[in-house]
Amino acid sequence: MARIPEDMELVYRRPESMTEAHTHYCPGCTHGTIHRLVAEVLDELDVRERTIGIAPVGCSVFIYDYLNVDMAEAAHGRAPAMATGVKRIFPEHVVFTYQGDGDLAAIGTAEIIHAANRGELFTTVFVNNAIYGMTGGQMAPTSLPDQVTSSSPTGRDVKTAGHPIRMAELIGGLPGAAYVTRQAVLDVRSIRRTKRAIKLAFQAQLAGLGFSMVEVISTCNTNWRMTPQEALDWAKEHMVAYYPLGDTKVADGVKALQGKE
Amino acid sequence: MTKELLEGNRALAEAAVRAGVEAFFGYPITPQTEVLEHLSKRLPEEGRVFLQAESEVASINMVYGAASTGARVMTSSSSPGISLMQEGLSYIAGSEVPVVVVNVMRGGPGLGNVQPAQSDYFQAVKMAGHGDFHMIVLAPASVQEAIDLIGLSFELAERYRTIVMVVTDGAIGQMMEPAELPPMREIPQERPRPSWALTGAREREPNLVTSLYLGAEKLEATNRRLQARLQKIAANEVRWEEEAVEDAELLLVAFGSIGRICQTAVRLGRKRGLKVGLLRPVTLWPFPSARVAELAERVRGILTVEMNAGQMVEDVRLAVEGRCPVRFHGRMGGAIPLPDEILTQLEALQDEMEGAE
Repeated sequence: MARIPEDMELVYRRPESMTEAHTHYCPGCTHGTIHRLVAEVLDELDVRERTIGIAPVGCSVFIYDYLNVDMAEAAHGRAPAMATGVKRIFPEHVVFTYQGDGDLAAIGTAEIIHAANRGELFTTVFVNNAIYGMTGGQMAPTSLPDQVTSSSPTGRDVKTAGHPIRMAELIGGLPGAAYVTRQAVLDVRSIRRTKRAIKLAFQAQLAGLGFSMVEVISTCNTNWRMTPQEALDWAKEHMVAYYPLGDTKVADGVKALQGKE
Repeated sequence: MTKELLEGNRALAEAAVRAGVEAFFGYPITPQTEVLEHLSKRLPEEGRVFLQAESEVASINMVYGAASTGARVMTSSSSPGISLMQEGLSYIAGSEVPVVVVNVMRGGPGLGNVQPAQSDYFQAVKMAGHGDFHMIVLAPASVQEAIDLIGLSFELAERYRTIVMVVTDGAIGQMMEPAELPPMREIPQERPRPSWALTGAREREPNLVTSLYLGAEKLEATNRRLQARLQKIAANEVRWEEEAVEDAELLLVAFGSIGRICQTAVRLGRKRGLKVGLLRPVTLWPFPSARVAELAERVRGILTVEMNAGQMVEDVRLAVEGRCPVRFHGRMGGAIPLPDEILTQLEALQDEMEGAE
């Protein structure tokens, strides 16, 4: 790293929990922002050296190239089962999964629900951008009603394709979950709130309070066929309307943690 | 140590405890459930991990995660459950993580039934999941051998960073017979972890457990490494048992519980003047092909007996390469070939050989 002149103060740097690799994400993608928030939190909690992450299948499959921690690559949707195995062997370690909406809310629904229900002591960062990004923009379980995708060319018809799943509400209803919240990364304010939520989720894990999950409303400007700014605006207008931001579960122990902050 | 009257599934489970298994993740399915039940009691007693998963899909991925930390872990199931695990087995093979999986085989296809069968031979030996890989497959023929092979399975899995599958069947799983358990293996409080394992990137670069290799060159190189390891296993780890092959004119080839029934057939056959011997593969993969080929030079005919429609017989024929006739006798759906019907088949083979001369 370049040396900082004595008369200047270091105000912004790459977190130690991030590598120097350039990400493969499309310009305008919000994954990079969310990765960085996770890395900043791991640094601030000083747990990088005892953290094990589980990567999903989807756009963020290469998160292990960007985070400077031990990681495993799961089969599609199975990250919560793998995280369960890791955490049960190393209860003192910090374990997290990073999953997209196809991974968590479609193919991996059983794994996430049962991991949460068992109160597994790991943290899930769930990125909801209402589409399958990696495979080129197909309808996701989270795609909005009438949303046009490459596999719903006339728009999602809820009569045949069902309604978008609100995972934070579903998981928040399980007794094993200690902290579940839905946040967004659509402007500076929401990004800062998301970081606080991710930190609280990891703190809940460290305190042994139960399962924790942060759903993050995100964008996919490439597959939404929009500019990055249009995508952010569309998410604020349409996604946040269907997926209200805020906590769906805050166990008493987590409230106590919040109080300390 | 003394022999006790032990039930196959529980004996196998206790052998795993004594071999130092740190964690078990599984799902109930007949005729395997006693393995899970036994471990649900014993592992917590020993301060180790037992978890009943929501499905076999979850079980195998919990095993995958736990094994990624370098821990000694296992799961067990029966045929339909193993089918559900195939996705995970492929990822585990691609990630080079050591795990032990037990399949107490039952009749298929589909839900089939809960009677003993050997119809998962192809699945275990040829294609346990998508992509090019093999598992080491061990097939015990008795409760004692199941106990012994469980201990071996962990050693082999860890030595080669591979999957070892122990295939028994409902007969061995449910049967009680005298057997001796090994002493409890001493386990250090802080178990040493291999250098590749996920333990937290402390004073080293991060470790990665993955089966993803984008680019043909990278994935081909990975496959070559996996294949080289499989060749090493094939060279070093072939195991089989023989009986009365020295002067045999007819050779029985059979594995697992049928291998044991064929032992009786050999003894009865000898009494009737049939010069019959037995080769019982203990490793189904790697298959004792060289030994089968050697014996095929000396015997007049081979009879392969299985509890399926004819699966291992394909490997027998590949090994024999036309050196002598190979015949097959099989029963399916939980029906078990008995010594008498095996003898009838042997006599028919004998007549066929004499007719051919």
